[in-house]
Formats: sequence, C-alpha cells, structure tokens
Amino acid sequence: MSYTEEMRRSIAKVEATRQRRLDEVYPRVGDEEKRELLENYHPDYNAEAFATLKVGPNAGDRTPRELASLLEGRPRVHPDKVDLSRVDLEADVLVIGGGGAGAPAALLAQENGADVLLVTKLRFGDANTMMAQGGIQAADKPNDSPAIHYLDVMGGGHFKNDPDLVEALVMDAPFVIRWLEEMGCMFDKEPDGTMITGHGGGTSRKRMHSARDYTGAEIMRTLRDEVRSRPIRVLEFHPAIELIKDKQGRVAGAILYSFDRNEIVVARAKAVIITTGGGGRLHYQGFPTTNHYGATADGLVMAYRVGAKLSFIDTMQYHPTGAAYPEQILGQLVTEKVRGLGAQLVNADGEQFVYPLEPRDVEAAAIVRECRRGKGVVTPSGQCGVWLDSPMIEVKRGPGTIEKALPAMVRQFKRFGIDMTKEPILVYPTLHYQNGGISIRPDGSTNVPGLYAAGEVTGGTHGRNRLMGNSLLEITVFGRRAGRAAAEYAAKAEVGELTLDHLREWFDLLGPEAAAEELELAPLLLPDYTRHERTDEVLGLE
Amino acid sequence: MADVEAPSTEMVEITIFGQRYQVPASLTVLKAIEYAGYRLVHGVGCRSGFCGACGTVYRIEGQYRLHYALACQKVVEPGMVLAQIPVYPAQRPDYKLSELSATDGQNPILEVYPEIETCFGCNTCTKSCPQELDVMGYVSALLRGDLAEAADLSFDCIMCGLCVSRCPTELAPPNMAILGRRLYARDLVPRAPHLTQRLKEIEEGVFDEEIAKLKAMSEDELRKLYAEREIEK
Ligand SMILES: Cc1cc2nc3c(=O)[nH]c(=O)nc-3n(C[C@H](O)[C@H](O)[C@H](O)COP(=O)(O)OP(=O)(O)OC[C@H]3O[C@@H](n4cnc5c(N)ncnc54)[C@H](O)[C@@H]3O)c2cc1C
Ligand code: SF4
Ligand code: SF4
Ligand code: FES
Repeated sequence: MSYTEEMRRSIAKVEATRQRRLDEVYPRVGDEEKRELLENYHPDYNAEAFATLKVGPNAGDRTPRELASLLEGRPRVHPDKVDLSRVDLEADVLVIGGGGAGAPAALLAQENGADVLLVTKLRFGDANTMMAQGGIQAADKPNDSPAIHYLDVMGGGHFKNDPDLVEALVMDAPFVIRWLEEMGCMFDKEPDGTMITGHGGGTSRKRMHSARDYTGAEIMRTLRDEVRSRPIRVLEFHPAIELIKDKQGRVAGAILYSFDRNEIVVARAKAVIITTGGGGRLHYQGFPTTNHYGATADGLVMAYRVGAKLSFIDTMQYHPTGAAYPEQILGQLVTEKVRGLGAQLVNADGEQFVYPLEPRDVEAAAIVRECRRGKGVVTPSGQCGVWLDSPMIEVKRGPGTIEKALPAMVRQFKRFGIDMTKEPILVYPTLHYQNGGISIRPDGSTNVPGLYAAGEVTGGTHGRNRLMGNSLLEITVFGRRAGRAAAEYAAKAEVGELTLDHLREWFDLLGPEAAAEELELAPLLLPDYTRHERTDEVLGLE
Repeated sequence: MADVEAPSTEMVEITIFGQRYQVPASLTVLKAIEYAGYRLVHGVGCRSGFCGACGTVYRIEGQYRLHYALACQKVVEPGMVLAQIPVYPAQRPDYKLSELSATDGQNPILEVYPEIETCFGCNTCTKSCPQELDVMGYVSALLRGDLAEAADLSFDCIMCGLCVSRCPTELAPPNMAILGRRLYARDLVPRAPHLTQRLKEIEEGVFDEEIAKLKAMSEDELRKLYAEREIEK
C-alpha cells in the first residue's frame, strides 16, 4: 500500500525543497484574498448543494440538501401507534447521547440532585469525542487571558458568534481543565505540573492542552469511568427517535428505539438534555468524513420537531487535512497538531501555497484551489490531494518527535506501509464538524421549556467556524452547564399529561407526501454502507 | 465516494461468522463485512481505530493460529475466517475514585482488583493487543504499584477487550489500567501551577471588565483588534 512510482516522483520534489522551506514563511491571507478564496473554493459556498427549508422554526433558511431532507423528513413512528400511558422508564433528567457532552451533563445533573438516565445510540463513548486527537483550549498561561481567547474565538467564527456563549466558553475554560485534572485526566505536563501547550489553527497564544494524540479519548474514557462510578443509569443501543411533550408544551421525555429488541421504549423525564453531536455521516456533497458511525444529526431533527430554533445550519466545517491516501483510510483525520508541530502544506512541486495555520475554512479552500489548478497529486483511485510534509517536524525538532507526540497517527499510517516520520502524507479536506445546531442560552436551555442541549449539536458558540480545541472545551463547559441547569429546573418542574400532538401537527405540515411515505425517514440513526450486491456474487455461488 | 468504495477487480474469499463471501481485496475487514451485506449495529464505532468497538479474531484457512485485529484497521486477507467480539465481559468492581489514594503507601490497584496477583506472566495479552501495547508490562507495573510506568505503557489502550478475552487467569487489563492512570494523574502528577493562579484571577474578577468591553464592541472594532493581535511565536 505504500506510494506509487508517480507519487514518489512528487515526493522527491518535496524532499528537494525541504531545506529551503525551513525558514520560508508563507504570508497569511489578507481580508480580500480570504473572501475570494472562500467564495470560490469552500463547499459552504456551493449554492447547488443547499436547499431552503419550507417548514418548521427555520423556514426560509438555507442548509445542505442532505440535512434539509431529514429536517423535513418523516417521523419513524406515527403518533397514533405509540401508547404513552405505558411509561417504561422514568427520570428527573434524561440525557440523550453518550459522548463528551453527555457525560458531564449526566455528572452535573446527578451532583445537583437529579435522578439521571443517559441513553445512547451505540456504546457509551462511541462518539466523536473519542476520536479527537489534537487538544483542548483554555487560556491558563501567564501570557494569555480569557479576553485574548475571546478574540480568537470571535475571529475564528467570523465575528458572528453569540457573545454570551463565547464569554461562558472562555471564562469556564480554566475551571473545566482543573475539573478534568482532578478527575484523573492525564494531560501532557512538565515535571512541575506545567501544562505543555501548543498552537492550533487560529490561536494567538499556545493554549492547546493535549493528552498525546488521544486527547478526546482520554477525556471521554475518564468521564465515562466517572459516570460508571456514580448512581447514573446508562442505556446503550437505545437511540432516541422522538421527543415527547406534555400538554403544557414542555419537553417531557423521549421515545427510544431498541436496536436489538426492535422495540419502542417510552422514557418520561422532567427535563431532557440533547447531546447527540454532529452529522458527518450525512456525507454532505459526497465528502468523506472524520466522524463516528452514529453521527447522523438526529438531535437536530428531534429538536426541530418540537419547535427548537436552529442556528448556523448553513455552515459545516471541512477539516483541511483528511487522509487522501491510502484508500482504506480516506477521510480519516490527520490532526491539525501535525501542522502545529511545524509540518507545511506543499503542492505536487514541493512548494508551499498557504500559511499552515490559517483558520480551517481558509486552509480547506486553499487545498481545493491547489487541486483545481492542477497542482495536486492524484492517487490511483482518482482522489486528489496535497502533501503534508510531516518529516519537516523532525528536521525542526529532532528525531523521535513525531513518534512521541503523535503515536496514534504514526501507527495508523504504518498499518498501511507509510512511515510518516520519513515520508510526507497526502491530504484533502474531509467533512468534520457541524458548526451550527440547536440555539442555546449560556445555561444550555433552549427556546422550548424543558429542553436543554450541549456540544456539537448546538449552534452559536463558534459562529460560522469552530477552531480546533474549542469543541472539546465546549462539550465540557456546556455539558456541565446544561446538567446543572436541567437538574435545577427538574427539581421544580412537574410533568403534565404526555402527548405527541406536535408530531400530528408535523405530519400536517409535511402534507400528503409524509403519509404517502415519499419523504425520508428521520432521524436517520445510522448510515447504510451495505452494498446490496447480488447474493450469488457475494456468496460466490454463480 | 463516502465510505463505499468502487470494488477493485481483485476479489478474495473470506468467511464471516461462518459464511463464505467474495469481497474486494482492498477493503478493511469492517468494510468487507458491510460489502457482504451486514448493516452493523454492534462491532462498529469510530471507524478510525480509536473506540475499540470492532475487535476481531481471525485465522487463515489451513492454519491453526488465531490473530487479533481491529476490523476498521485491518485489510482482508485471502482465506480469513473471522468473527467480531464487540463486547467481552470484563470485571469492573464498583469503586469511587475519591475513596482511593495512590499516596497512602498501599497499592490501590490491589485493593480494587486483588485478582491481579494471579497474573503469571504468560504474555498472551500482549500478543493479542491490536494496539501493540506491552500489556503484560503494564499489568506487572500495576501489580508492583508503579503507576507512572503503567500509565505510560497503557496510555494508548482503546479498551477493545481483546486481551481480556485471552487472559488465562481472566483478568481485565484495560479496566485496571484506567484506574491506574486516573490515580496516577490525580495523585502523582502536580496540578498545573499557572492554572491555579488563573482560577484565582478569574474568581477575583480580573478579566471581567475587559471581557465586558469586548462583548460591547461592534464587529468592525473587533475585526480591527483581531487583525492587529499579536501572535505568540
Ligand atoms: C476525528 C475528530 C477529531 C477531532 N479533534 C478535535 C480536537 O482535537 N479538539 C477539539 O476540540 N475537537 C475535536 N473534534 C471535535 C470534537 O471531538 C467533537 O465536536 C465533540 O467531541 C463532540 O462532542 P459531543 O458530545 O457533542 O458529540 P459526540 O462525542 O459525537 O457524542 C454524541 C453521542 O450521541 C450519540 N447519539 C447520536 N444520536 C443519538 C440518538 N438519536 N439517540 C441517542 N444517542 C445518540 C452518539 O452515538 C454519541 O455517543 C474532533 C472530531 C473528530 C471527529
Ligand atoms: S490493552 Fe487490551 S483492551 Fe487495551 S487495546 Fe490492547 S488488547 Fe485492547
Ligand atoms: S494474559 Fe493474563 S496472566 Fe498472562 S500476562 Fe497477560 S494479564 Fe498476566
Ligand atoms: S470502529 Fe472504532 S476502533 Fe474500529
């Protein structure tokens, strides 16, 4: 699986320019050039790939076609077919989603006196959080401050972010790092305890905290272990498919679906926190994705149907450096830390074409441009990409640096016969993050009483573009906030008679197509990668 | 595009859960299972080698040896006979981290997992680890109470459970390891001093005024500040 002859010829050019590029700093883009780059080359600006929503709280807004057809899709259960008088499970606070936002939400709700039920689609921890490699931001070094962090977040988000959410994010940041430290999360540190921090795209200070290149996994497994140590019920393989309301219009539980028993489960709760993460598995515009198998935007669909307002659903983040080769790992993430450590992006001729640490949308657009103007490297399967010159890291920082800082990445490429400490790797943008989602207030509440949300499923914190390290931060900050607020709300709330009238209204809004089963079933729950080959061929019986 | 690849012309025959299938030779085991027509719910998670959901055991037809791999990371081989082990029953007693200590002279791992003493150093766990970790090494470090070494050696454990399935004395190395790492990080690594300082400053309201000022700024003012901001080298 190692490189082809043709790719090797291009690698030779990369090697030939490496020494010269050591001190070459490619200029950052100016405002004008940036606008032009994005408008011409970023997938968010590809008008054909978008649809305008016709029904629901965001009617009139633009969103990728794939998401629009789910937001306006057909519910999986008909309200008349569910018996709400038979409540199977009960809790004060129901957390939907067992990822990095769900776990802190459950912990804080439990600490604040709530009886908590956490339900999740696959296993607890099968989540985007588990895959985050690069790090988590927090302004805790002497040369940094929450104010400087604030400015970076706003700049990254094109100044469209919700200022109250950004304030909560940057001011809580040092507290969640301490919280994680005290729970036994193993951050990279100097012997005296000083955090080893680095840069990420769009940071003006080195505030990226890491746990080797398993930062998200380390946070997730620590949080999961803590949840398992507490009286919190966890139900796996039971995705939520619909929210339940009470007659007073408050969210009061959810309908779950048991994959294995093929059964509907009614869960009643005084408050519900949605932490279902993103939607990379919808493969917008046919892009490959870095996301986990269950990232299908279910939370947006469920929240939309009970009247929750969404924001920034017209912007998705394409990570500039997804693996473009080998084919087996197409779309998988090559963490930004590789560039943070000093690797440059270069084209087929071994020349730089963009400053390596611009915000992600700019980097992604620049790579697309390079490929469109014929300066990319094309793989045997026809995928175009550019080189990420990883060996440069060792030239700059000494041999062994990569193995120590990026063991997961080295292992991944080694499995396919590529030694990234000696050879560059081929990259192309990959669908990575859902910038927008359910609109929340700083305490995680939404415009619908009883409904809270936290994490990648929300919108506002990152404006139009999220910076690396601010989302592991967001899930812990807002997971905690939502957990606390939902528990406080639940302590006072009463649940009235349960109803699915909102679904009846939804069917009416959708019109005859829904009844005629012409619309897509939503939420999607899982992508379908089966090939439906002819049985005789797959079985080899022909 | 997406995750579905154009099948290469070269096909191989493999056996999945007892049934033979023809699949393209370039696929990972995970994609081959899907190619054969399985819509997976168990045995799949991140699809990138991070979550440990896809542990797989296989042998090659005609050979007796068993091999272990992550379905999402392993490319199929001709004659593979495979089954996934999505979960494996692994011991994890109830404990509260707050009631355990790594600094009171006792080995907290022995308190929670006394059975760790039955490890007789057969190294089967190491041979079955798809992450190529020195599993026996970290188990013996845990047994000795050397949490620093155990934390370092076990750090890349994705808790797939394959080693648990193999251990002849029925130990659960990944569960012991996470307890060891949490105690190590909490008790034996100093808290970040600059973080303590920053928490104090925030609590004293040192940044409140500056943040309030930024929040009140117009987009143009913010843009200007952002463009002029100093970037740490
Ligand atoms: C490869 C990769 C690398 C990344 N690197 C970084 C990084 O270095 N730094 C950073 O800050 N961010 C990074 N991110 C982003 C960050 O990891 C995620 O945005 C964040 O972890 C999302 O957390 P979450 O809890 O909101 O969602 P998730 O962690 O995805 O959790 C969502 C959970 O909800 C469950 N769920 C989904 N639908 C349902 C349903 N219908 N019912 C019940 N449960 C459901 C899912 O199965 C999952 O368990 C990365 C993301 C990826 C994919
Ligand atoms: S140590 Fe065990 S559980 Fe951890 S990755 Fe290796 S085999 Fe899997
Ligand atoms: S397999 Fe079990 S007994 Fe053998 S070395 Fe590993 S932990 Fe010890
Ligand atoms: S699916 Fe997560 S490790 Fe293979």
